Amino acid sequence: MSTLVVAPTRVDRALFVAGAWLLALVWILPLIYAIWTAIHPSAYETRFVLLAPLTLDNFVRAWNAAPFARYFLNTILLVTMVLGAQLLLCIHAAFAFARLEFPGKNILFALVLVQLMVMPDILLVRNYATMAQLGLVDTILAIGLPYFASGFAIFLLRQTFKTIPKELDEAACVEGCSVLGLIWRVYVPLARPTILAFALVSVSHHWNNFIWPLIITSSVETRPLTVGLAIFSTTDSGIEWSIITAATLITSGPLLIAFLLFQRQFVQSFMRAGIK
Amino acid sequence: MTPHIKTRLLAAAAMFGVAMAPATASAVDLEFYFPVAVGGDAAGIIQRLTDTYMEENPGVNINAIYTGSYADTTTRAITAARGGNPPQLAILLSTDMFALIDEDIILAWDDFVTDEEQESWIGGFYDSFMANSQTGGQTWGIPFQRSTPVMYYNKEAFAEAGLDPETPPATWDELVEMGRQLTVRDASGNVSQWGVRIPSSGFPSWLFTGLVASNGQDGLANNEGTQVMFDTPEVVEALEYLVSLATEHEIMAPGILDWGATPRAFLDGESAIAWTTTGNLTNIRSNATFDFGVAMLPANVRRGAPTGGGNFYLFDGSSEEQLQAAVDFVKWATAPDKAASWSIDTGYVAPRPDTWDTDEMRAYAEEVPGALVARDQLEYAVAELSTYEGPRITQIMNDAIAAAIIGDKTPAQAMADAQREADAVLAAYR
Amino acid sequence: MRREWIHAGLLLAPALVLLFAFTHLPAIQTVIDSFWSTPRGRRPSAFVGLANYERLLADPIFIRAMINNAIYAAITIPVSIALALAMALFVQRRIAGRGFLRMAYFTPTVLPLIAVANIWLFFFLPGFGLLEQLRGFLGLSPRNWIGTPDTALYAIMTVTIWNQAGFFMIFYLAALQTIPESLREAAAIEGTPRWVFFRRVLWPLLMPTTLFLSVNATINAFRMVDHVFVMTQGGPNNASMLLLYYIYEQGFRYWDTAYAATLTVVMVALLALIGIGQFFLMDRRVHYK
Repeated sequence: MSTLVVAPTRVDRALFVAGAWLLALVWILPLIYAIWTAIHPSAYETRFVLLAPLTLDNFVRAWNAAPFARYFLNTILLVTMVLGAQLLLCIHAAFAFARLEFPGKNILFALVLVQLMVMPDILLVRNYATMAQLGLVDTILAIGLPYFASGFAIFLLRQTFKTIPKELDEAACVEGCSVLGLIWRVYVPLARPTILAFALVSVSHHWNNFIWPLIITSSVETRPLTVGLAIFSTTDSGIEWSIITAATLITSGPLLIAFLLFQRQFVQSFMRAGIK
Repeated sequence: MTPHIKTRLLAAAAMFGVAMAPATASAVDLEFYFPVAVGGDAAGIIQRLTDTYMEENPGVNINAIYTGSYADTTTRAITAARGGNPPQLAILLSTDMFALIDEDIILAWDDFVTDEEQESWIGGFYDSFMANSQTGGQTWGIPFQRSTPVMYYNKEAFAEAGLDPETPPATWDELVEMGRQLTVRDASGNVSQWGVRIPSSGFPSWLFTGLVASNGQDGLANNEGTQVMFDTPEVVEALEYLVSLATEHEIMAPGILDWGATPRAFLDGESAIAWTTTGNLTNIRSNATFDFGVAMLPANVRRGAPTGGGNFYLFDGSSEEQLQAAVDFVKWATAPDKAASWSIDTGYVAPRPDTWDTDEMRAYAEEVPGALVARDQLEYAVAELSTYEGPRITQIMNDAIAAAIIGDKTPAQAMADAQREADAVLAAYR
Repeated sequence: MRREWIHAGLLLAPALVLLFAFTHLPAIQTVIDSFWSTPRGRRPSAFVGLANYERLLADPIFIRAMINNAIYAAITIPVSIALALAMALFVQRRIAGRGFLRMAYFTPTVLPLIAVANIWLFFFLPGFGLLEQLRGFLGLSPRNWIGTPDTALYAIMTVTIWNQAGFFMIFYLAALQTIPESLREAAAIEGTPRWVFFRRVLWPLLMPTTLFLSVNATINAFRMVDHVFVMTQGGPNNASMLLLYYIYEQGFRYWDTAYAATLTVVMVALLALIGIGQFFLMDRRVHYK
């Protein structure tokens, strides 16, 4: 084995810090550009003159160009509905796979796994037809429905449930309890880190989902933010970066601020996540 | 069950209810899908238009639904019609005509107008706009937000290059010559100002039709939408010209040039001349820091330009009452005074000659002489590429143009391949 | 026994019903659709057997899309994960401005891809785009990143990697926190070089996270095409065409639903294979502990 000293030299450390900062700068460049263009008039979209005049006009125009408040509401409704339904359906299913024995268990689980990779997004045409048959086209429910049963959630939770020692089952059921009680009083609290991790993945995915909502919605009352923002990307006249970035900041601002304030909690909650 | 879960379930049920609530009906209900394809407050203007109509006609309720880009709106409309829930009206691309006919979801306007209206109303639109709106002797679309590409040029750049700012290039050769003088290179040989910018992403076949027309061919397809003329000498020549601007004459940036960035490129002085839709006139007017001019596309054999933009379509599957109300609304919306304000506010070309006679339009034309260029160019305008399976055929042409520009194929090869591919697709429609 | 079956049935029913309705059933219907022709308003659908598949195999754009997806996956997956790990390692140490770094890395996840695509479009624009303006300082030659076939796909990939690396970082951060400090101290005392420590200790311990993330990254490699809509539309001349975008184009722009179904079948088969493969890999690792 080599006899290199492991204590980081100053050069070593300097490189490390430099690398971290360089990466961070590159990573945040789009956001900086977004802020720059949003607060300056459109003439400065491509010219980076330090003392250029500031303006809030872009935000006003962006806000008026589309009903962002409504889109925001739609997206929050959507994301909450999807997460809620996913947890409700998948916690139960995962428990069944983890703890119960029944015929066809392995086949059914394999079928669940198929959904891990074959997401509803891919089956656009057919899912649209199904929604049309159900009379659900252009509803928020329709955006979320194909995702309620998440193979990913079932898989993840099954894994986590399996690591919970069976003795706890018996201990908790000494006084006698129903299956549901067992699930919600014993398993769910213990699986909370995993549930949180999944929640983050789910919220992030559905907040940013574009193609399926694009297909299935057509009105302001149902359109989520991503589709609403696309209005700025579709003009056949020209791209107005100052408006697009203003709109982007309006819609992502709350999330960004939330992350800024709660980053520590975010990461802490993963500390005990059983993504292992 | 924990209270947390209960509230979740209740919320879910409530959302389910809200999500499935049907719309309430009253009087004559019209659903009208419209796209927004130019910047500015086009959506708001449409809203005000329908509001005004509803005030004047209390028995009619128009729900104007913004449905995204042209492509999105077409998707919405066809999807809704297939699902048994079509709108009554939609503004879709004039080139969608054949697709909609094939889907069997639109109605001909002729059945809803009197003979007199046939002459005065339908007959009162510019012929070049009707070229993409009629086929088989019937009228399938009513022109509303139509456009045509024009050549914007930077007068200050012209002056700096020693050219007369009031004389834009009128022929292909002049474009090359002036382009050479307008292309400015810095000390290291990199270009700081290109002579010409003809965008090639997004809608290259549209601008290309202009080149084809000015080379003597009346567009790229026949009137029945069943045959394309891609590999004719005129077309190949036009493509060779386009490619040569970047490769041989070096007056245009190499590679595919982004459509959406073109106004910004022009305003930033990246190009002295830019070809783009007349719909950008308001944008460029408001933001230009230099004196600019608007000119018709240059001629080779003759002047030529494509028409573009959207028509009103009437959808099958509604009651007589609704259809008649829809037709009335469209007649109202295309009347000279409404068309004038629409045109002025958005930059679209007024689709009827009588619109230009209104006081509003006259005043506007005096203030903005550039607006007249688009109108005058209509004399030389040809139909846009429109066939059955339109998007697919257009994409074949777009890909072929791109292939030639980036040098994957020679123009002749690209057009030959495109003709072959298009023929294969259209065979089913002959 | 029976009671257990009933319990299982009740617990599974809602999820399974929805899974069937929106995954398995449409998948089967899609397969069936691929053997019929596209119905148009005036012409109903007709059984065509393998005609659509023959068309698929002869379709140069499909081949191009598959090749592009393969390159796309082959590059975005390892690079995103590697960067995510690097970010996690950077942020874990106590260096100045750690909070800012974390935010910088995670920001892309919060911004909607469709909006971000326009910003990146500007970065890549020739002539006056940001990269063009910066390259003056770096003395490189001008490039039309999204307008030339050689680089268009890489531009798309850059945006994907940028978008997902920070998200993956969070998972690595969590995993790193669970590695006992004592291990690191022991290694320091023994004089283990940092690189060896990483390779022999950290990497194996992080393997489950890595596998979890690679599943996500693989899914994303096929799912994330939103920015293609804005940036290249699959061009120039299909140089950046990706399978899901092609499916959308065929199904919702050309209304060629039968061909879209055929393409979907290929995608489904591919993903199912990859999914099963990755599951077996992960399942082994889970019981490893």
